[in-house]
Amino acid sequence: MAAEQTLRGWLLAEIPESKLQARCQRIFISWLAFIRNPVAVIGLLIIVGLVGIAALAPWITSSDGLEPDLANRLLPPSSEHWFGTDGLGRDIFDRIIWGSRITLYIVALVSVIVVPIGLLIGTVAGYIGGLVDTILMRLTDIFLAFPRLILAMALVAALGPGLENAVLAIALTTWSPFARIARAEALTIRNSEFILAAQVQGVSTIGILTRHVTPLCLSSVIVRLTLDMAGIILTAAGLGFLGLGAQPPTPEWGAMISLGRQFLIDQWWVPTVPGIAILVVSLGFNLLGDGLRDVFDPKSGG
Amino acid sequence: MENSNLSEPPLLSVEDLHVSYDTPTGLVRAVSGVSFELGREKLGIVGESGSGKSQTGRAILGLIAPGGQVRARRLEFEGTDLLTADLRTMRRIRGGGISMIMQDPKYSLNPVMTVGSQIQEAFRVHSKASRKEARAHTLDMLRAVKIREPERVYKSYPHEVSGGMGQRIMIAMMMIPEPDIIIADEPTSALDVTVQLQVLAVLEDMIRTRGMGLIFISHDLNLIASFCDRILVMYGGKVVEQIRAVDLAQAKHPYTRGLLNCLPSLDGGQDELPVLKRDPAWLASPGTTP
Repeated sequence: MAAEQTLRGWLLAEIPESKLQARCQRIFISWLAFIRNPVAVIGLLIIVGLVGIAALAPWITSSDGLEPDLANRLLPPSSEHWFGTDGLGRDIFDRIIWGSRITLYIVALVSVIVVPIGLLIGTVAGYIGGLVDTILMRLTDIFLAFPRLILAMALVAALGPGLENAVLAIALTTWSPFARIARAEALTIRNSEFILAAQVQGVSTIGILTRHVTPLCLSSVIVRLTLDMAGIILTAAGLGFLGLGAQPPTPEWGAMISLGRQFLIDQWWVPTVPGIAILVVSLGFNLLGDGLRDVFDPKSGG
Repeated sequence: MENSNLSEPPLLSVEDLHVSYDTPTGLVRAVSGVSFELGREKLGIVGESGSGKSQTGRAILGLIAPGGQVRARRLEFEGTDLLTADLRTMRRIRGGGISMIMQDPKYSLNPVMTVGSQIQEAFRVHSKASRKEARAHTLDMLRAVKIREPERVYKSYPHEVSGGMGQRIMIAMMMIPEPDIIIADEPTSALDVTVQLQVLAVLEDMIRTRGMGLIFISHDLNLIASFCDRILVMYGGKVVEQIRAVDLAQAKHPYTRGLLNCLPSLDGGQDELPVLKRDPAWLASPGTTP
């Protein structure tokens, strides 16, 4: 307890004695602001739990969730099978755990594709302006005009069902809001004096975009990304449910609901458990995103 | 320092420069018919708000706001025509040939980049130096603008330094590619008086040791008179008088005289300062009085 008190004192000292201490203090103060929001903390716990479960999957589970065991099909939840077994006798608990990896895989991959595309298109449109802006923004509008799931379905139908194609389709339908945000930020940044200063130094347009404009757009894009992750998960689950995403026997949560649908009346746990998993994880991302927005918001003066 | 511009060809020659903006309410002439030459000397441009002094500075760099138009009979930097130069040449000249110090360091430094990396960027754009050399050079430059603990400032962000330090950082950033001409657009207006003098001393020192040409834009006639060799007085987009700083007291043009009379002096003993009377005829008269 005493050690904790001194650590807290060190983190909250009026006058930091070193650069490291000052930096730790800033993080700690942001952290204090973050944990004052209990809802955000719940979100963070859910996401940390999800990542932990995905990382520890081989040690938590007793099977790989793929091998059918027809002798034990549709067992109700018990101490042996916590969430029961599905139509092919596979342990639902194990499948949920392994499915968390697929969920994270989709979310991570979509983010990695979407953020650079959105930033590139948005900053170029906002900074250069004129005809380039008009063309890029109308292109963005076209993608925004379609409901996300419908467009993703059309793309997957064209590309062929599968996890990779689902990721690609979701990415292609998700980048447009990021381009909008990045453009809005770039529009305000491009008239700043420090951009003029960079121009005066003879920095090229590409240099200004990558070194001056993009870093300033990042924080709002990141917050938007955490808020969008729930949407990404839901779209992925929707595609899985429709049979256009991950293919059986992959334990993708949407596909699990789809397979369990026929047992809904008599063996309710088969489709319900993956449904709850989707609900909890999307909720977690949304709550975390809200909390991050409050902490990162540069206008709140943190 | 005595009139070196007579012996060697001028660095920059501007002849009949016009800057105009096409606005919904009609054509606005920000600068109309400005001519001057600049050698390795300190030229002051003085004038009231809207007299076109900043626009002149920006037009030289080709960085006027969108919608603006620049025309000139001649706009040459060391033999390169700045009006017809392509983007690549322009980029080489900006920073490397002509550089500009802006008014307020609070806005002219990127808030999310460290001081060091911003100065370094200016250097690396114009030379193929390695990261390590650029760093060493940047630290030297910070020392040259009299910043104590350059190592610490190098890693700081712009909000962590004071206004005077920020402006000295700005000077370091603009000087590091070793330009021949520096355009200082009200470099001290955002600073308080004691810091102003420090910053000016740094600027003066850098200009003298490196033998650069300076265009110092300000509305402060006294400051310009004490700092520069030659003064251009601008009014309504025109140069109304060109005079050597030491001869300022003998200025002939009524506008310059008016400006001088508006200044309170310690030994003057005037009760009330006269209000400047503007004569529309000044705008009609041809640009420069020789």
